[in-house]
Amino acid sequence: MLNRIKRIALQSSVLVGILVIWQLLCGVILPETNPDVIAILPPPSMVLEQAIKLISNGQLFVHILKSMQRVIIAFVVSCVLAIPLGIAIGWWKRFEDMVDPLMEILRPIPPLAWIPLGILWLGIGDTQNIFIIFLGIFFPVLVNTISGVKAVDKNLIWAALTLGANQRQIFREIIVPGSLPFLMTGLRVGLGVGWMCLVAAELVASTRGLGFMIQDARYLLLTERVILGMLVIGLLGYAMDRGMRYLQWLLLPWYVTSR
Amino acid sequence: MDELEVRSVNKEYYSSRSKETVTALDCISLKVEGGQFACLVGPSGCGKSTLLKIIAGLEPKRDGIVLLDGKEVNGPSWKRGMLFQDFALPPWKTVQQNIELGPKFRGVAKKDREALAVELIKLVGLKGFENKYPHELSGGMQQRCALARTLANDPDMLLLDEPFAAVDAQTREILQEELLKIWGEELPQKKRKLVILVTHSIDEAVFLSDLVFIMTARPGCVKEVYRNPLGRPRSMAIKSTQPFLDAKNYLWERLKDEVLTAIKQGYQ
Repeated sequence: MLNRIKRIALQSSVLVGILVIWQLLCGVILPETNPDVIAILPPPSMVLEQAIKLISNGQLFVHILKSMQRVIIAFVVSCVLAIPLGIAIGWWKRFEDMVDPLMEILRPIPPLAWIPLGILWLGIGDTQNIFIIFLGIFFPVLVNTISGVKAVDKNLIWAALTLGANQRQIFREIIVPGSLPFLMTGLRVGLGVGWMCLVAAELVASTRGLGFMIQDARYLLLTERVILGMLVIGLLGYAMDRGMRYLQWLLLPWYVTSR
Repeated sequence: MDELEVRSVNKEYYSSRSKETVTALDCISLKVEGGQFACLVGPSGCGKSTLLKIIAGLEPKRDGIVLLDGKEVNGPSWKRGMLFQDFALPPWKTVQQNIELGPKFRGVAKKDREALAVELIKLVGLKGFENKYPHELSGGMQQRCALARTLANDPDMLLLDEPFAAVDAQTREILQEELLKIWGEELPQKKRKLVILVTHSIDEAVFLSDLVFIMTARPGCVKEVYRNPLGRPRSMAIKSTQPFLDAKNYLWERLKDEVLTAIKQGYQ
Protein backbone atom coordinates (compact mmCIF):
# COMPACT_ATOMS: atom_id res chain seq x y z
CA MET A 1 0.00 0.00 0.00
CA LEU A 2 2.74 2.42 1.00
CA ASN A 3 4.68 1.41 -2.09
CA ARG A 4 1.65 2.10 -4.20
CA ILE A 5 1.24 5.58 -2.78
CA LYS A 6 4.94 6.19 -3.35
CA ARG A 7 4.64 5.03 -6.95
CA ILE A 8 1.63 7.18 -7.68
CA ALA A 9 3.35 10.16 -6.07
CA LEU A 10 6.43 9.61 -8.22
CA GLN A 11 4.41 9.18 -11.39
CA SER A 12 2.30 12.28 -10.81
CA SER A 13 5.31 14.39 -9.88
CA VAL A 14 6.89 13.55 -13.25
CA LEU A 15 3.69 14.59 -15.04
CA VAL A 16 3.33 17.77 -12.99
CA GLY A 17 7.01 18.57 -13.53
CA ILE A 18 6.65 18.33 -17.30
CA LEU A 19 3.54 20.51 -17.23
CA VAL A 20 5.32 23.16 -15.13
CA ILE A 21 8.37 23.24 -17.43
CA TRP A 22 6.13 23.35 -20.49
CA GLN A 23 4.07 26.20 -18.98
CA LEU A 24 7.16 28.22 -18.05
CA LEU A 25 8.83 27.66 -21.41
CA CYS A 26 5.87 28.32 -23.70
CA GLY A 27 3.87 30.65 -21.50
CA VAL A 28 6.57 32.89 -20.05
CA ILE A 29 10.15 32.52 -21.33
CA LEU A 30 9.84 31.98 -25.10
CA PRO A 31 6.99 34.44 -25.84
CA GLU A 32 9.25 37.27 -24.59
CA THR A 33 11.50 36.90 -27.62
CA ASN A 34 8.96 35.49 -30.08
CA PRO A 35 5.22 35.90 -29.42
CA ASP A 36 4.38 33.48 -32.26
CA VAL A 37 5.50 30.57 -30.13
CA ILE A 38 2.00 30.08 -28.70
CA ALA A 39 0.73 29.26 -32.20
CA ILE A 40 3.33 26.51 -32.59
CA LEU A 41 3.27 25.11 -29.08
CA PRO A 42 0.74 26.73 -26.79
CA PRO A 43 1.25 26.33 -23.01
CA PRO A 44 -0.91 23.90 -21.01
CA SER A 45 -2.96 26.77 -19.63
CA MET A 46 -4.28 27.51 -23.13
CA VAL A 47 -5.02 23.81 -23.71
CA LEU A 48 -6.93 23.78 -20.43
CA GLU A 49 -8.83 26.92 -21.42
CA GLN A 50 -9.78 25.23 -24.69
CA ALA A 51 -10.84 22.11 -22.81
CA ILE A 52 -13.12 24.10 -20.50
CA LYS A 53 -14.62 25.88 -23.49
CA LEU A 54 -15.31 22.70 -25.43
CA ILE A 55 -16.62 20.88 -22.38
CA SER A 56 -19.00 23.67 -21.44
CA ASN A 57 -20.48 23.92 -24.92
CA GLY A 58 -20.69 20.13 -25.08
CA GLN A 59 -18.68 19.83 -28.28
CA LEU A 60 -15.91 17.71 -26.80
CA PHE A 61 -18.34 15.01 -25.70
CA VAL A 62 -19.92 14.90 -29.12
CA HIS A 63 -16.49 14.20 -30.63
CA ILE A 64 -15.52 11.71 -27.94
CA LEU A 65 -18.78 9.80 -28.24
CA LYS A 66 -18.55 9.62 -32.01
CA SER A 67 -14.96 8.35 -31.91
CA MET A 68 -15.67 5.86 -29.15
CA GLN A 69 -18.65 4.61 -31.07
CA ARG A 70 -16.49 4.01 -34.15
CA VAL A 71 -13.71 2.30 -32.20
CA ILE A 72 -16.12 0.08 -30.27
CA ILE A 73 -18.09 -0.99 -33.36
CA ALA A 74 -14.84 -1.74 -35.19
CA PHE A 75 -13.57 -3.63 -32.14
CA VAL A 76 -16.68 -5.79 -31.83
CA VAL A 77 -16.74 -6.59 -35.55
CA SER A 78 -13.02 -7.45 -35.46
CA CYS A 79 -13.48 -9.80 -32.52
CA VAL A 80 -16.50 -11.53 -34.04
CA LEU A 81 -14.51 -12.23 -37.20
CA ALA A 82 -10.92 -12.60 -35.98
CA ILE A 83 -11.41 -14.83 -32.93
CA PRO A 84 -13.24 -17.73 -34.62
CA LEU A 85 -11.00 -17.43 -37.66
CA GLY A 86 -7.89 -17.40 -35.47
CA ILE A 87 -9.06 -20.45 -33.53
CA ALA A 88 -9.75 -22.29 -36.79
CA ILE A 89 -6.35 -21.40 -38.24
CA GLY A 90 -4.54 -22.36 -35.05
CA TRP A 91 -6.41 -25.64 -34.70
CA TRP A 92 -6.54 -27.03 -38.26
CA LYS A 93 -3.06 -27.27 -39.71
CA ARG A 94 -4.47 -27.82 -43.20
CA PHE A 95 -6.51 -24.67 -43.00
CA GLU A 96 -3.47 -22.75 -41.81
CA ASP A 97 -1.40 -24.02 -44.74
CA MET A 98 -4.16 -22.86 -47.06
CA VAL A 99 -4.62 -19.33 -45.80
CA ASP A 100 -1.19 -18.55 -44.38
CA PRO A 101 0.32 -16.85 -47.47
CA LEU A 102 -2.79 -14.75 -47.92
CA MET A 103 -2.71 -13.62 -44.30
CA GLU A 104 0.99 -12.86 -44.40
CA ILE A 105 0.56 -10.69 -47.50
CA LEU A 106 -2.42 -8.79 -46.17
CA ARG A 107 -1.01 -8.29 -42.69
CA PRO A 108 1.84 -5.85 -43.46
CA ILE A 109 -0.41 -3.52 -45.49
CA PRO A 110 -1.04 -0.50 -43.27
CA PRO A 111 -4.75 0.13 -42.63
CA LEU A 112 -4.28 3.65 -44.02
CA ALA A 113 -3.32 2.24 -47.41
CA TRP A 114 -6.83 0.81 -47.57
CA ILE A 115 -8.44 4.27 -47.44
CA PRO A 116 -8.80 4.70 -51.23
CA LEU A 117 -10.36 1.27 -51.62
CA GLY A 118 -12.49 1.89 -48.56
CA ILE A 119 -13.90 5.03 -50.18
CA LEU A 120 -14.57 3.20 -53.45
CA TRP A 121 -16.30 0.31 -51.73
CA LEU A 122 -18.11 1.97 -48.89
CA GLY A 123 -18.41 5.57 -50.00
CA ILE A 124 -17.51 8.43 -47.76
CA GLY A 125 -19.02 8.22 -44.33
CA ASP A 126 -19.15 6.31 -41.11
CA THR A 127 -18.83 2.82 -42.55
CA GLN A 128 -15.61 3.70 -44.32
CA ASN A 129 -14.19 5.22 -41.11
CA ILE A 130 -15.08 2.13 -39.14
CA PHE A 131 -13.62 -0.11 -41.85
CA ILE A 132 -10.16 1.47 -41.48
CA ILE A 133 -10.22 1.15 -37.69
CA PHE A 134 -11.49 -2.42 -38.05
CA LEU A 135 -8.47 -3.32 -40.19
CA GLY A 136 -6.17 -1.95 -37.51
CA ILE A 137 -7.76 -4.10 -34.81
CA PHE A 138 -8.38 -7.23 -36.87
CA PHE A 139 -4.82 -8.47 -37.43
CA PRO A 140 -3.41 -8.16 -33.91
CA VAL A 141 -6.44 -10.04 -32.59
CA LEU A 142 -6.13 -12.69 -35.31
CA VAL A 143 -2.40 -13.24 -34.92
CA ASN A 144 -2.60 -13.46 -31.14
CA THR A 145 -5.54 -15.86 -31.26
CA ILE A 146 -3.59 -18.14 -33.60
CA SER A 147 -0.55 -18.02 -31.30
CA GLY A 148 -2.78 -18.65 -28.30
CA VAL A 149 -4.26 -21.81 -29.76
CA LYS A 150 -0.83 -23.04 -30.82
CA ALA A 151 0.71 -22.28 -27.45
CA VAL A 152 -1.65 -24.65 -25.64
CA ASP A 153 0.54 -27.30 -24.05
CA LYS A 154 0.32 -30.57 -25.98
CA ASN A 155 0.45 -32.58 -22.76
CA LEU A 156 -2.78 -30.90 -21.62
CA ILE A 157 -4.48 -32.16 -24.76
CA TRP A 158 -2.98 -35.60 -24.29
CA ALA A 159 -4.01 -35.69 -20.65
CA ALA A 160 -7.58 -34.76 -21.60
CA LEU A 161 -7.61 -37.50 -24.25
CA THR A 162 -6.56 -40.13 -21.73
CA LEU A 163 -9.27 -38.82 -19.39
CA GLY A 164 -11.91 -39.59 -21.98
CA ALA A 165 -12.43 -36.22 -23.68
CA ASN A 166 -13.84 -36.04 -27.19
CA GLN A 167 -12.80 -33.37 -29.71
CA ARG A 168 -15.56 -30.98 -28.70
CA GLN A 169 -14.66 -31.28 -25.01
CA ILE A 170 -10.96 -30.75 -25.74
CA PHE A 171 -11.90 -27.65 -27.63
CA ARG A 172 -14.15 -26.22 -24.93
CA GLU A 173 -12.21 -27.27 -21.83
CA ILE A 174 -8.62 -26.99 -23.05
CA ILE A 175 -8.12 -25.02 -26.26
CA VAL A 176 -10.42 -22.08 -25.59
CA PRO A 177 -9.42 -21.35 -21.98
CA GLY A 178 -5.78 -22.14 -22.78
CA SER A 179 -5.63 -19.53 -25.52
CA LEU A 180 -7.37 -16.79 -23.50
CA PRO A 181 -4.19 -15.13 -22.17
CA PHE A 182 -2.84 -14.58 -25.68
CA LEU A 183 -6.26 -13.54 -26.87
CA MET A 184 -6.50 -10.87 -24.17
CA THR A 185 -3.10 -9.55 -25.22
CA GLY A 186 -4.37 -9.43 -28.80
CA LEU A 187 -7.43 -7.47 -27.75
CA ARG A 188 -5.29 -4.94 -25.89
CA VAL A 189 -2.85 -4.49 -28.76
CA GLY A 190 -5.75 -4.33 -31.21
CA LEU A 191 -7.52 -1.61 -29.27
CA GLY A 192 -4.30 0.39 -29.19
CA VAL A 193 -3.80 0.11 -32.94
CA GLY A 194 -7.48 0.96 -33.44
CA TRP A 195 -7.04 4.29 -31.66
CA MET A 196 -3.98 4.97 -33.79
CA CYS A 197 -6.00 4.49 -36.97
CA LEU A 198 -8.79 6.72 -35.71
CA VAL A 199 -7.36 10.10 -36.68
CA ALA A 200 -6.44 9.02 -40.19
CA ALA A 201 -9.78 7.29 -40.66
CA GLU A 202 -11.67 10.40 -39.61
CA LEU A 203 -9.67 12.47 -42.09
CA VAL A 204 -12.06 11.31 -44.75
CA ALA A 205 -15.41 13.02 -44.83
CA SER A 206 -16.40 12.94 -41.21
CA THR A 207 -17.93 15.90 -39.47
CA ARG A 208 -17.53 14.67 -35.93
CA GLY A 209 -14.99 12.70 -33.95
CA LEU A 210 -11.67 13.45 -32.28
CA GLY A 211 -9.74 12.91 -35.51
CA PHE A 212 -12.01 15.36 -37.30
CA MET A 213 -11.65 17.81 -34.42
CA ILE A 214 -7.86 17.72 -34.72
CA GLN A 215 -7.90 18.19 -38.49
CA ASP A 216 -10.47 20.96 -38.28
CA ALA A 217 -8.44 22.79 -35.62
CA ARG A 218 -5.34 22.55 -37.78
CA TYR A 219 -7.02 24.50 -40.57
CA LEU A 220 -8.04 27.13 -38.05
CA LEU A 221 -4.54 27.15 -36.55
CA LEU A 222 -6.08 26.41 -33.16
CA THR A 223 -3.00 24.53 -32.02
CA GLU A 224 -4.25 24.23 -28.44
CA ARG A 225 -7.30 22.36 -29.75
CA VAL A 226 -5.03 20.01 -31.73
CA ILE A 227 -3.10 19.24 -28.57
CA LEU A 228 -6.32 18.82 -26.60
CA GLY A 229 -7.57 16.28 -29.15
CA MET A 230 -4.29 14.39 -28.98
CA LEU A 231 -4.35 14.29 -25.18
CA VAL A 232 -7.96 13.09 -25.11
CA ILE A 233 -7.11 10.24 -27.50
CA GLY A 234 -4.15 9.33 -25.32
CA LEU A 235 -6.24 9.35 -22.15
CA LEU A 236 -9.08 7.36 -23.68
CA GLY A 237 -6.68 4.76 -25.04
CA TYR A 238 -5.05 4.51 -21.64
CA ALA A 239 -8.39 4.18 -19.85
CA MET A 240 -9.55 1.45 -22.23
CA ASP A 241 -6.31 -0.48 -21.78
CA ARG A 242 -6.68 -0.28 -17.99
CA GLY A 243 -10.22 -1.55 -18.42
CA MET A 244 -8.97 -4.49 -20.46
CA ARG A 245 -6.32 -5.26 -17.87
CA TYR A 246 -8.97 -5.21 -15.17
CA LEU A 247 -11.06 -7.57 -17.28
CA GLN A 248 -8.05 -9.86 -17.64
CA TRP A 249 -7.57 -9.88 -13.89
CA LEU A 250 -11.25 -10.66 -13.42
CA LEU A 251 -11.49 -13.40 -16.06
CA LEU A 252 -8.09 -15.05 -15.72
CA PRO A 253 -7.17 -15.01 -12.04
CA TRP A 254 -5.03 -18.13 -12.54
CA TYR A 255 -3.00 -16.41 -15.23
CA VAL A 256 -2.39 -13.09 -13.54
CA THR A 257 -1.29 -14.60 -10.24
CA SER A 258 0.93 -17.23 -11.82
CA ARG A 259 3.10 -14.57 -13.49
CA MET B 1 -8.32 -56.80 -17.31
CA ASP B 2 -6.03 -59.79 -17.49
CA GLU B 3 -3.22 -59.01 -19.89
CA LEU B 4 -1.53 -56.32 -21.90
CA GLU B 5 0.50 -57.42 -24.86
CA VAL B 6 2.62 -55.31 -27.16
CA ARG B 7 3.50 -57.24 -30.30
CA SER B 8 6.40 -56.20 -32.59
CA VAL B 9 5.76 -52.47 -32.46
CA ASN B 10 7.92 -50.24 -34.64
CA LYS B 11 8.09 -46.50 -34.51
CA GLU B 12 9.84 -44.20 -36.92
CA TYR B 13 9.84 -40.48 -37.19
CA TYR B 14 11.35 -37.96 -39.51
CA SER B 15 14.00 -35.82 -37.88
CA SER B 16 14.02 -32.35 -39.41
CA ARG B 17 17.41 -31.70 -37.83
CA SER B 18 19.35 -34.57 -39.41
CA LYS B 19 16.94 -34.77 -42.38
CA GLU B 20 16.50 -38.50 -42.15
CA THR B 21 14.10 -41.08 -40.83
CA VAL B 22 15.04 -42.25 -37.35
CA THR B 23 13.96 -45.59 -35.93
CA ALA B 24 12.86 -44.89 -32.37
CA LEU B 25 11.48 -48.31 -31.48
CA ASP B 26 12.58 -51.48 -33.16
CA CYS B 27 10.27 -54.44 -32.92
CA ILE B 28 9.19 -54.08 -29.30
CA SER B 29 7.29 -56.98 -27.77
CA LEU B 30 6.27 -57.32 -24.17
CA LYS B 31 3.61 -58.88 -22.00
CA VAL B 32 2.30 -57.73 -18.63
CA GLU B 33 -0.31 -59.50 -16.54
CA GLY B 34 -3.23 -57.70 -14.94
CA GLY B 35 -2.34 -56.34 -11.48
CA GLN B 36 1.39 -56.29 -12.17
CA PHE B 37 3.59 -53.29 -11.70
CA ALA B 38 6.00 -53.06 -14.63
CA CYS B 39 8.80 -50.57 -15.13
CA LEU B 40 10.49 -49.55 -18.36
CA VAL B 41 14.07 -48.48 -17.78
CA GLY B 42 16.56 -47.45 -20.39
CA PRO B 43 18.95 -44.68 -21.37
CA SER B 44 17.73 -41.30 -22.63
CA GLY B 45 16.44 -41.36 -26.16
CA CYS B 46 15.65 -45.08 -26.18
CA GLY B 47 11.98 -44.39 -26.84
CA LYS B 48 10.54 -45.62 -23.54
CA SER B 49 8.21 -42.64 -23.22
CA THR B 50 7.22 -43.05 -26.86
CA LEU B 51 6.32 -46.68 -26.17
CA LEU B 52 4.15 -45.60 -23.25
CA LYS B 53 2.35 -43.09 -25.47
CA ILE B 54 1.80 -45.76 -28.09
CA ILE B 55 0.20 -47.96 -25.43
CA ALA B 56 -1.91 -44.98 -24.36
CA GLY B 57 -2.96 -44.53 -27.98
CA LEU B 58 -1.54 -41.02 -28.19
CA GLU B 59 1.25 -41.71 -30.69
CA PRO B 60 0.83 -43.50 -33.99
CA LYS B 61 3.08 -46.51 -34.64
CA ARG B 62 4.48 -47.73 -37.92
CA ASP B 63 3.39 -51.30 -37.41
CA GLY B 64 2.78 -53.87 -34.71
CA ILE B 65 -0.21 -54.10 -32.40
CA VAL B 66 -1.18 -53.38 -28.82
CA LEU B 67 -3.56 -55.96 -27.37
CA LEU B 68 -5.67 -55.77 -24.23
CA ASP B 69 -7.04 -59.19 -23.33
CA GLY B 70 -6.43 -60.19 -26.91
CA LYS B 71 -8.30 -57.23 -28.42
CA GLU B 72 -6.43 -54.65 -30.42
CA VAL B 73 -6.59 -51.09 -29.10
CA ASN B 74 -6.25 -47.95 -31.14
CA GLY B 75 -6.52 -44.40 -29.94
CA PRO B 76 -6.70 -43.09 -26.37
CA SER B 77 -9.27 -44.16 -23.80
CA TRP B 78 -10.06 -43.25 -20.21
CA LYS B 79 -9.52 -46.93 -19.40
CA ARG B 80 -5.80 -46.31 -19.82
CA GLY B 81 -5.09 -43.42 -17.44
CA MET B 82 -1.83 -41.56 -17.75
CA LEU B 83 0.41 -39.41 -15.58
CA PHE B 84 2.89 -36.99 -17.12
CA GLN B 85 6.26 -35.76 -15.94
CA ASP B 86 5.02 -32.15 -15.99
CA PHE B 87 1.69 -33.12 -14.33
CA ALA B 88 -0.37 -31.73 -17.26
CA LEU B 89 -2.86 -29.93 -15.02
CA PRO B 90 -4.70 -27.11 -16.82
CA PRO B 91 -3.63 -24.04 -14.81
CA TRP B 92 -7.11 -22.53 -15.04
CA LYS B 93 -8.72 -25.38 -13.12
CA THR B 94 -8.58 -25.77 -9.36
CA VAL B 95 -7.60 -29.04 -7.71
CA GLN B 96 -11.26 -30.00 -7.37
CA GLN B 97 -12.08 -29.09 -10.97
CA ASN B 98 -9.04 -30.95 -12.25
CA ILE B 99 -10.00 -34.11 -10.40
CA GLU B 100 -13.58 -33.89 -11.70
CA LEU B 101 -12.39 -33.55 -15.28
CA GLY B 102 -12.43 -37.24 -16.26
CA PRO B 103 -15.91 -37.99 -14.88
CA LYS B 104 -17.10 -34.72 -16.42
CA PHE B 105 -15.85 -35.82 -19.85
CA ARG B 106 -17.67 -39.12 -19.41
CA GLY B 107 -20.91 -37.41 -18.47
CA VAL B 108 -21.05 -38.28 -14.76
CA ALA B 109 -23.60 -36.11 -12.91
CA LYS B 110 -22.19 -33.08 -11.11
CA LYS B 111 -23.21 -34.29 -7.65
CA ASP B 112 -21.64 -37.72 -8.12
CA ARG B 113 -18.35 -36.44 -9.44
CA GLU B 114 -18.11 -33.88 -6.66
CA ALA B 115 -18.51 -36.60 -4.06
CA LEU B 116 -15.95 -38.73 -5.87
CA ALA B 117 -13.45 -35.86 -5.98
CA VAL B 118 -13.85 -35.21 -2.25
CA GLU B 119 -13.05 -38.85 -1.56
CA LEU B 120 -9.99 -38.85 -3.82
CA ILE B 121 -8.72 -35.56 -2.40
CA LYS B 122 -8.71 -37.25 0.98
CA LEU B 123 -6.98 -40.33 -0.43
CA VAL B 124 -4.05 -38.38 -1.92
CA GLY B 125 -3.78 -36.02 1.06
CA LEU B 126 -4.87 -32.77 -0.59
CA LYS B 127 -7.63 -31.90 1.88
CA GLY B 128 -7.78 -28.14 2.34
CA PHE B 129 -6.32 -27.46 -1.12
CA GLU B 130 -9.51 -28.13 -3.11
CA ASN B 131 -9.81 -24.60 -4.39
CA LYS B 132 -6.13 -23.92 -5.07
CA TYR B 133 -4.82 -23.52 -8.58
CA PRO B 134 -1.96 -25.81 -9.67
CA HIS B 135 0.65 -23.03 -9.59
CA GLU B 136 -0.12 -22.51 -5.91
CA LEU B 137 0.96 -26.10 -5.15
CA SER B 138 4.36 -27.76 -4.91
CA GLY B 139 5.40 -30.26 -7.59
CA GLY B 140 4.67 -33.19 -5.31
CA MET B 141 1.17 -31.91 -4.59
CA GLN B 142 0.52 -31.28 -8.27
CA GLN B 143 1.41 -34.87 -9.09
CA ARG B 144 -0.85 -36.08 -6.26
CA CYS B 145 -3.62 -34.06 -7.83
CA ALA B 146 -2.89 -35.58 -11.25
CA LEU B 147 -2.94 -39.07 -9.72
CA ALA B 148 -6.30 -38.42 -8.08
CA ARG B 149 -7.58 -37.08 -11.41
CA THR B 150 -6.55 -40.28 -13.17
CA LEU B 151 -8.01 -42.49 -10.43
CA ALA B 152 -11.34 -40.65 -10.65
CA ASN B 153 -11.99 -42.56 -13.87
CA ASP B 154 -11.14 -45.89 -12.20
CA PRO B 155 -9.08 -46.98 -15.24
CA ASP B 156 -7.94 -50.56 -15.87
CA MET B 157 -4.38 -49.48 -16.33
CA LEU B 158 -2.08 -46.70 -15.17
CA LEU B 159 0.59 -45.42 -17.51
CA LEU B 160 3.12 -43.30 -15.62
CA ASP B 161 5.63 -41.31 -17.64
CA GLU B 162 8.49 -40.42 -15.28
CA PRO B 163 5.92 -39.14 -12.81
CA PHE B 164 8.41 -38.20 -10.11
CA ALA B 165 11.22 -36.80 -12.26
CA ALA B 166 10.13 -33.21 -11.68
CA VAL B 167 9.90 -33.33 -7.88
CA ASP B 168 12.73 -33.10 -5.39
CA ALA B 169 14.52 -36.24 -4.20
CA GLN B 170 12.96 -36.39 -0.73
CA THR B 171 9.42 -35.87 -1.97
CA ARG B 172 10.06 -38.50 -4.62
CA GLU B 173 10.78 -41.16 -1.97
CA ILE B 174 7.58 -40.28 -0.10
CA LEU B 175 5.54 -40.32 -3.29
CA GLN B 176 6.92 -43.73 -4.28
CA GLU B 177 5.76 -45.19 -1.00
CA GLU B 178 2.37 -43.50 -1.28
CA LEU B 179 1.94 -44.74 -4.83
CA LEU B 180 2.38 -48.34 -3.69
CA LYS B 181 -0.15 -47.81 -0.93
CA ILE B 182 -2.74 -46.17 -3.19
CA TRP B 183 -2.17 -48.81 -5.86
CA GLY B 184 -3.16 -51.38 -3.24
CA GLU B 185 0.05 -53.28 -2.69
CA GLU B 186 -1.59 -55.39 -0.04
CA LEU B 187 -4.53 -56.39 -2.20
CA PRO B 188 -4.46 -59.65 -4.17
CA GLN B 189 -3.08 -59.20 -7.67
CA LYS B 190 -6.53 -59.63 -9.25
CA LYS B 191 -7.83 -56.50 -7.54
CA ARG B 192 -4.93 -54.24 -8.46
CA LYS B 193 -4.51 -52.16 -11.55
CA LEU B 194 -1.88 -52.92 -14.14
CA VAL B 195 0.80 -50.24 -13.97
CA ILE B 196 3.52 -49.35 -16.44
CA LEU B 197 5.99 -46.80 -15.19
CA VAL B 198 8.76 -45.25 -17.25
CA THR B 199 11.78 -44.14 -15.28
CA HIS B 200 15.46 -43.25 -15.47
CA SER B 201 15.98 -44.33 -11.93
CA ILE B 202 17.05 -47.91 -11.23
CA ASP B 203 16.35 -47.32 -7.57
CA GLU B 204 12.76 -46.36 -8.36
CA ALA B 205 12.29 -49.34 -10.69
CA VAL B 206 13.51 -51.84 -8.10
CA PHE B 207 11.46 -50.32 -5.30
CA LEU B 208 8.17 -50.24 -7.21
CA SER B 209 8.16 -53.06 -9.73
CA ASP B 210 7.25 -56.69 -10.13
CA LEU B 211 8.77 -56.67 -13.58
CA VAL B 212 11.47 -54.53 -15.19
CA PHE B 213 11.88 -54.20 -18.94
CA ILE B 214 15.46 -53.18 -19.66
CA MET B 215 15.62 -51.31 -22.93
CA THR B 216 18.57 -50.84 -25.26
CA ALA B 217 19.87 -47.53 -26.57
CA ARG B 218 18.21 -46.23 -29.73
CA PRO B 219 16.70 -47.89 -31.65
CA GLY B 220 14.95 -49.13 -28.52
CA CYS B 221 14.06 -52.75 -28.04
CA VAL B 222 13.63 -54.93 -24.98
CA LYS B 223 17.01 -56.28 -23.94
CA GLU B 224 15.86 -58.27 -20.98
CA VAL B 225 12.84 -58.87 -18.77
CA TYR B 226 13.86 -58.84 -15.13
CA ARG B 227 11.57 -60.42 -12.53
CA ASN B 228 11.93 -58.52 -9.31
CA PRO B 229 12.44 -60.99 -6.43
CA LEU B 230 11.46 -58.53 -3.67
CA GLY B 231 8.27 -59.36 -1.78
CA ARG B 232 5.40 -57.04 -0.94
CA PRO B 233 4.40 -54.89 0.87
CA ARG B 234 7.54 -52.77 0.73
CA SER B 235 8.55 -49.76 2.75
CA MET B 236 11.43 -47.35 2.44
CA ALA B 237 13.47 -49.54 4.83
CA ILE B 238 13.85 -52.14 2.12
CA LYS B 239 16.21 -49.84 0.25
CA SER B 240 19.09 -50.65 2.59
CA THR B 241 18.63 -54.45 2.47
CA GLN B 242 20.99 -56.73 0.56
CA PRO B 243 18.42 -58.16 -1.90
CA PHE B 244 17.45 -54.61 -2.90
CA LEU B 245 21.08 -53.60 -3.45
CA ASP B 246 21.78 -56.81 -5.37
CA ALA B 247 18.84 -56.12 -7.66
CA LYS B 248 20.05 -52.58 -8.23
CA ASN B 249 23.59 -53.74 -9.03
CA TYR B 250 22.34 -56.36 -11.42
CA LEU B 251 20.15 -53.90 -13.33
CA TRP B 252 22.95 -51.38 -13.49
CA GLU B 253 25.31 -54.03 -14.89
CA ARG B 254 22.84 -54.83 -17.63
CA LEU B 255 22.08 -51.19 -18.37
CA LYS B 256 25.59 -49.74 -18.34
CA ASP B 257 26.54 -50.62 -21.93
CA GLU B 258 23.30 -49.12 -23.20
CA VAL B 259 23.92 -45.89 -21.34
CA LEU B 260 27.44 -45.72 -22.79
CA THR B 261 26.02 -46.24 -26.28
CA ALA B 262 23.46 -43.51 -25.67
CA ILE B 263 26.24 -41.15 -24.61
CA LYS B 264 28.04 -41.86 -27.88
CA GLN B 265 24.81 -41.14 -29.75
CA GLY B 266 24.69 -37.83 -27.98
CA TYR B 267 21.54 -38.38 -25.92
CA GLN B 268 22.92 -38.55 -22.42
